[in-house]
Amino acid sequence: MPRRTDIHTILVIGSGPIIIGQACEFDYSGTQACRVLRQEGFRVVLVNSNPATIMTDPDVADATYIEPITPEYIEHVIVKERPEAILPTMGGQVALNVTVALHERGILNKYNVQLIGSQIESIQMAEDRELFMEAMQRIGLEMPRGGFVHDEEGGLAMIEHVGFPTIIRPSYTLGGTGGGIAYNIEEFKELLRSGLVASPIGRALVEESVIGWKEFELEVMRDTKDNVVIVCSIENVDPMGVHTGDSITVAPAQTLTDREYQRMRDAALKIIREIGVETGGSNIQFAINPANGRIVVIEMNPRVSRSSALASKATGFPIAKIAAKLAVGYTLDEIVNDITKKTPACFEPSIDYVVVKVPRWDFEKFKESDNTLGVQMKSVGEGMAFGRTYKEALQKALRSMEQGRYGFGFDKPEYRNLEIPSEADLVPLRSTLRVRTANSIYDLCDALRYGLSTSDIHQLTRYDPWFIEQCRDIVEYASECIAESDDGKMLSDVGHGRMLKLKTYGFSDVQIALLYNDTESAVRARRKELGIVPDYKTVDTCAAEFESETPYHYSTYSSETEASSSPAKKVIILGSGPNRIGQGIEFDYCCVQGVFAIKALGYEAIMINCNPETVSTDYDTTSKLYFEPLTFEDVMNVIDVEQPEGVIVTFGGQTPLKLAQRIADAGVRLLGTSPDGIDLAEDRKRFGDLIGQLGIPCPSWGTALNVEDAIAAADRIGYPVLVRPSYVLGGRAMQICYREESLRSYTEQALAQDRSRHILIDHFLEHAIEFDVDAVSDGETTLIGGIMQHIEEAGVHSGDSSCVLPPYNASDSVIETMVSYTVKLARALHVIGLLNIQFAVQNGFVYVLEVNPRASRTVPFVSKATGTKLAQIATRVQLGEKLSTMNIRNFNTSMKRVAIKESVFPFTKFPKASVFLGPEMRSTGEVMGMDSTFGRAIVKSHISAGNTLPLSGNVFISLSTHDKNQHAADIARGYVDLGFEIVATSGTAEFLKHHSIEAAKVLKHYEGRPSIIDQIADGQVQLVINTPLGESARYDEAIMGRTAMKYKVPFFTTLEAAEASLSGIKALRSEQFSSTSLQDHYAQSLDV
Amino acid sequence: MTRVPALLALENGMIIAGDAIGAIGAECSGELVFNTAMTGYQEILTDPSYCSQVVTFTYPHIGNYGVNDDDVESSHIQAAGIVVHELSRVVSNYRANRPLQEYLEMHGIAGIEGVDTRHIVRILRQEGAMRCVIAHGENLDGNELVERARRVSPMAGTDLTNLVTAPQPYQWNEVSAEDFRYAKYTVEHRYNVVAVDFGIKRNIMRRLTAYGCDVTVVPASTSAEEILNYNPDGVFLSNGPGDPAAVLSGIQTVKALLGKKPVFGICLGHQIMALALGAATYKLKFGHRGANHPVMNLKTRKIEITSQNHGFSVDHTTLPGNVEMTHVNLNDNTCAGIALTDAPAFAVQYHPEASPGPHDSDYLFRDFVEMMPKR
Repeated sequence: MPRRTDIHTILVIGSGPIIIGQACEFDYSGTQACRVLRQEGFRVVLVNSNPATIMTDPDVADATYIEPITPEYIEHVIVKERPEAILPTMGGQVALNVTVALHERGILNKYNVQLIGSQIESIQMAEDRELFMEAMQRIGLEMPRGGFVHDEEGGLAMIEHVGFPTIIRPSYTLGGTGGGIAYNIEEFKELLRSGLVASPIGRALVEESVIGWKEFELEVMRDTKDNVVIVCSIENVDPMGVHTGDSITVAPAQTLTDREYQRMRDAALKIIREIGVETGGSNIQFAINPANGRIVVIEMNPRVSRSSALASKATGFPIAKIAAKLAVGYTLDEIVNDITKKTPACFEPSIDYVVVKVPRWDFEKFKESDNTLGVQMKSVGEGMAFGRTYKEALQKALRSMEQGRYGFGFDKPEYRNLEIPSEADLVPLRSTLRVRTANSIYDLCDALRYGLSTSDIHQLTRYDPWFIEQCRDIVEYASECIAESDDGKMLSDVGHGRMLKLKTYGFSDVQIALLYNDTESAVRARRKELGIVPDYKTVDTCAAEFESETPYHYSTYSSETEASSSPAKKVIILGSGPNRIGQGIEFDYCCVQGVFAIKALGYEAIMINCNPETVSTDYDTTSKLYFEPLTFEDVMNVIDVEQPEGVIVTFGGQTPLKLAQRIADAGVRLLGTSPDGIDLAEDRKRFGDLIGQLGIPCPSWGTALNVEDAIAAADRIGYPVLVRPSYVLGGRAMQICYREESLRSYTEQALAQDRSRHILIDHFLEHAIEFDVDAVSDGETTLIGGIMQHIEEAGVHSGDSSCVLPPYNASDSVIETMVSYTVKLARALHVIGLLNIQFAVQNGFVYVLEVNPRASRTVPFVSKATGTKLAQIATRVQLGEKLSTMNIRNFNTSMKRVAIKESVFPFTKFPKASVFLGPEMRSTGEVMGMDSTFGRAIVKSHISAGNTLPLSGNVFISLSTHDKNQHAADIARGYVDLGFEIVATSGTAEFLKHHSIEAAKVLKHYEGRPSIIDQIADGQVQLVINTPLGESARYDEAIMGRTAMKYKVPFFTTLEAAEASLSGIKALRSEQFSSTSLQDHYAQSLDV
Repeated sequence: MTRVPALLALENGMIIAGDAIGAIGAECSGELVFNTAMTGYQEILTDPSYCSQVVTFTYPHIGNYGVNDDDVESSHIQAAGIVVHELSRVVSNYRANRPLQEYLEMHGIAGIEGVDTRHIVRILRQEGAMRCVIAHGENLDGNELVERARRVSPMAGTDLTNLVTAPQPYQWNEVSAEDFRYAKYTVEHRYNVVAVDFGIKRNIMRRLTAYGCDVTVVPASTSAEEILNYNPDGVFLSNGPGDPAAVLSGIQTVKALLGKKPVFGICLGHQIMALALGAATYKLKFGHRGANHPVMNLKTRKIEITSQNHGFSVDHTTLPGNVEMTHVNLNDNTCAGIALTDAPAFAVQYHPEASPGPHDSDYLFRDFVEMMPKR
C-alpha cells in the first residue's frame, strides 16, 4: 500500500526528560520519525518537554511544543494543530501512557485523532499483565507458570502448580515493595501475606522463578500487509534476574541452534500478530532454560525501545525510520534498504560481526545505595562496540565506558600478578560471583585468572559457558604474554604474529603496554613498525552480500579495509561516549548541531562515538560514522585514515576534552579554543593568576596536600568552605564544610583515597545566587547567547539547579558586569567557539566561579529558549567564520517570555540515597517550561518534571536556623494568603508565630509518632518545604525526603524553590494555561 | 591444540593463509561459496546441495552450540570443505553431543579458520563463485594449490545428483522432535508421495510427513513409469547439487510426469521442472545462500523471508505460456517460483522446509497436499 493520503498532520509524542530506563534512544527514534514523516510531506507536530533533544530542534518538526507531556497540555496542542493522527510509539513508555490517557478521556475521539503505529487495544494487551497472559495462552505460548491470587488459599493452590523457587509480586505497589522470592512453603506464606497487605487491591502475582535462565530479545517489525521481519536477536550475557538495561548484551544470539532460534522467531511472529501491533517495531523478551531448552515469553514492548535503538545501530537497519514509514501506510517491500540503496527493507539483516553493549552505572553518585543489579534498571548509560569476535567486541566495549578501564582486565599493575591464591583466599571471590553487580565482569576476569573452572563459574554466576570460555581465551593469552615478559621478553621482541593476535583479541595498546611493562606510545610505535593498523569494515545489514552505499564503519584487524578517505575536506567531531550523570544528551545535541553546521559549510562531517542511544551515531546524521571507543588509540587510528582538516573536541563534554592535549601533541589540528586555553581555564593556579590580572573577583581559595594545610587554608579563607579533590568531574566528591571537624574528616578521607592529589578549598558563598552565561567567541567578538539565573542558591550543582532565562531578579548593573567579565575572559582565554561561565552574586557583588571554554550542559536549553543555535554558530566560528559577518543578535534580557529548566532525579531508583541537593550533580535529565511569565513557566516546568503543584491543602515547613528570616516568613505568608494551612516543626512554628503566622505543630520523625512522616504517608500534607542548610540537617531528615518522593508530594529544599512554586501556584489558580510552539514563540519575538 | 597452518587457494590466484581445522592433513577442493545465515551450520554442512562446494560462513563464530544428532539434513557432511573466521572449541547447548571440530574430523572434512571471511565474500561477490583448494601443513606451495584449484571440475555443466541420491528406494516416516514441531501436525488425510531424490534434505521429508504424507524416496534415475507404478497421490522433486541442465534423465522423467500427477519441486527440483517445461536456466554470479532472502508471493503480494541455497536460476523470460511466475526474489528480481496454469504442478527456488531458516513458506507443503486427492 502506498503512503496514506487521508492524513496530513501527525502528532508525534516524545519521551520527556532523560531518566534511568528512558534515555536518548527516544531522541534518536523520535528524530528519525519526524524527519521521515516530513520527507513524506506530512506536517509534523511534536510534543516533548525535553529541550536537550535534537528532536525539539525547531527544524525537525513543523510545530515544536516543549510543553508538559500530559493529556491537558496535549489537548491544547490538538485543539490548535488539529492533527488527524497521533504516533505514540516513538516516545517510550511516557508516550504510550499519555496516549492511553488521551484515549480514555475521550480526547482522541472528540477531535477525531486516530492512532497510527499501534492501536489502544494492542497497547493495553501488551502492557496489562493479565491481558498479556491470556493472549499468550490463546496462541499456545508458555509464560513463567503462575497467576494472580487474592488470598492464602488461592496462593497455596497456585504454588502447587508453580513450584519453588517462586516470585511473589504484589500488584500496584510502588517500586515493587512487598515482593520477594520464596524457596519454601513457610517463606512463601509469609511473603504472600505481606504482599497481599502491601497491595492496595489485595492481589499478588505468584510466578515461577526463571532467575538464571538464558535471556533473549527479538526486535520485530510488522506492516499493514502482515509482513513480519526480525531485525535482530540479542542475547543477554547476564541471565534472567538482571534487567536487560543492566545486562551486558550481545548481538546476534550466540548460543542457539537454528531450530531453537526459529522456534523463538515463530513465537515472536505469533505474538506480534496476536497483540495486533499493526505497524512498526516491537521488542519481545524470552527466557530459555539452559538445561532443557524450555522457552517462556517474558514480555513485549509494543513500541520502539532502547533495544530497538541498539538493534538499529548494531545492524544498520533503522527501525524507527522504517516504523514511521509503515505507520503512514507503506509496506516493507515498498521501502528501500537504507544501506544498500538497492535491495528492499523487507528482509532480515545478516551480520558478520559481533556487537557487545555494556551498561554504564554511576553508583558513586548515590553513596548510600548498593551496586547490586536486579530487576529494576539502575544504569544511566551504555556503550557499544563492534568486533569480528566476541572477545574483540567485549574488550572494545569495556574500554568505551571511560571509567579508567581499557578492556577485560589487564589494565592495572595488579593484573601482572600471575600467582593463584589459595582455595581459602578464594572464598570471598566465590561469594562475590554469586551476586550480579556493576563490577561482575571484572570479578569474572579474576575468577579466570585464579583458575576457577568454567563449570564452577557457571554455577556461581549463571553466565553461559560459551561467554566464560571466550573470556578465558583473553585471560590465558594475556597470561602467556605476561609470563613471557617476566622471562625477559620486551615489547621490542613482540613479533608480528603475537601483536596481531593481541589486537584481534581486542587488547588495547594500554593493555599491551601493561603486559610488556612499557608505555602506550611505545606499543603504538611498535605496532605501526610491525605494520599492524586496524582495518575498517562496514556495517551493511547483509554480511557483504551486496554493495553498501553508506559509510558506517568499525575497526578490526583483518586482511582488508573498506574505509577510504575521500578527497573532500573533512572535520572529525568527537562524541561524548556513554551517558552518565553530568554528561548526557546535552552534549550529543551539541555534537549533532556541530555536524549540521559542518555539512552546511561543505565539509564532510565525520563522527566518532560509541553510544548506541544517540542521534550522533545515526549514520543518517553524519557524512561518515566510525562506531569506536573514544580512547586515544581508537581516535588516532581514525584520524590516521581520514586525515581531516581538523578535529572538534569541545562539544562532547569531558570525554573528548580529556584527549585534547594528546591529540594536539600528536600533531593534529584541533578546531576552536586551544588545549592551552582549556587548560588555562581548568588549572586552578593558572586561572587564579589570570583573573587576578584581569581584576575579576572570585571566591578566595587555596589548595592543600594534608589536613593541617587544609585547615590553615580554610582559616585564611573563612568558613564555610567548598572542598573537592582536584580534577573531578560533575562535582564528584564535593562537599561544603561549615566547621573544622568536618573539613578534617573530609580531608582525611580524600587523602586516604589518593595522597598525590591536591584538595581544592574555596570559600563558599552562602546565600549567593548563581548565574550561568553561555557565549560564543571568535577571538575578537563575543556573542552572549543567554544568561540564566539559578533558582537554588549557590552550593547546589549547576546541573541540578533549576534555572531561569532571562534572569528574574538581577539588576542591570549585575547583568552588565557579567557581560563585561564574559567578554574579557573570552578574549583572555583566546576562546574560539563556545564558552560557559558560572557567576555567583552575593549582596550585589559578582564573582566568577568557573569558566569552561567548551559546550556546556545549558547550550541546548539556551538555544531552544532563545532560538539562537549556539552550537552551530560556534562550529562556524571554529571553521573560520567571523561573528561580525553572521548578523546574530546578542541575548536580549528583556525578551517577552520566560524559560525555566528543571532537573529530574533518579532517587526512586536509589531509595537509600539522600534526596538533598548539593555540590555533586545527580540529576539525569531536564525539562523546560516556557511561557509569558515566571509563574506560568514554573508551573509548566514542574508538571514536566513530574511534580504536581497543589492548589490547596497543608504545607509543611521546617526551616534551618539560617533560613529563619523575613524572606521565609514572607513565603509562608504567601501560602497562607492562598488559603493553605501551615504545619511546622516546633522550632519553625515558634518562628512563624513570631511573624504572626499560625502553624500547627507536628513531631519530627525521631520525636515520636504520629510524626510528619505519617502525615505525609496519610496524604495530609500537600507540599513540603524543608531547608536543611547546615551540615547535620542535610543528613538527618533524609527519610522525610524519601517519604515525600514515595507519595509524590512536592518537596522543596530551598527557600528560593519554595518561593518560585508559590508564584507557580498563584498562576495555576488564577490563569488559563495553553501550549505554544517554539515556532510561534520565535515569531512573536521577531514582531517585537 | 597445536596450530597447523593451512592455505586456501583460489582459481583467481589468491592465496589466503590461516589455520587448519577439521580433519587435519586432509585436503579439500570445490566451488567456493558463501552462506550468510547466522545459525544452522550443521544443517548447511549436511545439506546434499552443498556437494562439491566449500562453504564460507559469513558469521564469524561458528561451532558455538556444537552439533547434535537431530539437526542433520542427511547422514553425513556433504560440503567439501569449510571456511570460517573462528571455530568455537567450547560448546554450549543442552542438545549438543560433540564440538563441530570433532564432527568435521569424524567425517574427514578439512577446513580453514583465522581468515578474513568478509574479504573472501567481497571477492566472490565481485568476481563470482570460484574453484578453490584448501590444504593443511607446513611449507605448502600456494601457487601449486592455485593450479590445482584451476583443475577442479567446474560446476556448470556437471550433474552431481548421482553423488548424493539414494541408491535404493526407501520409506520415510519421521517428523521433528516434539520440541521443534510447528504448523501442521494433526492430519485428517494420508497421502502417498514419491519423492525423487536429487539430494533431498531430511527436513523436506519431515515436513511432508507432518502434513500427512507417506513418503517413498526414489533414486534420481527412477523413470516416470517406475514412479507412476507406486501409484502416488503426488510427486515431489527434491533439491540437489550441480547444474540442473546437466540432469538430463531427471528432466525427461519430469516431462513425463507433469499433468499426470500433482508435482511439487524445490530448488534443483524447481529448476528441473522449469527445464522440463522448456525454459532455460543459467548460473548466477555468486548464488543465493542464506536465511534472509525476501521473496514475494505474486498472488498474495505478501513477503516471505526464505532460506536459499542455489547457484543456478530459472530464466523467467523463457517460461512457456502455460507457466506463470508465482514468486520473485526481491533482492535481484530473479524467479523464485513457478506454477503450471493447466496442470497441478508448482515449484519454488528456495527452501520452504527451512532448516536452517525461517518457516514463513511452510504453507507450500499445505498447498501441495491440497492438490492431491483426499483419501
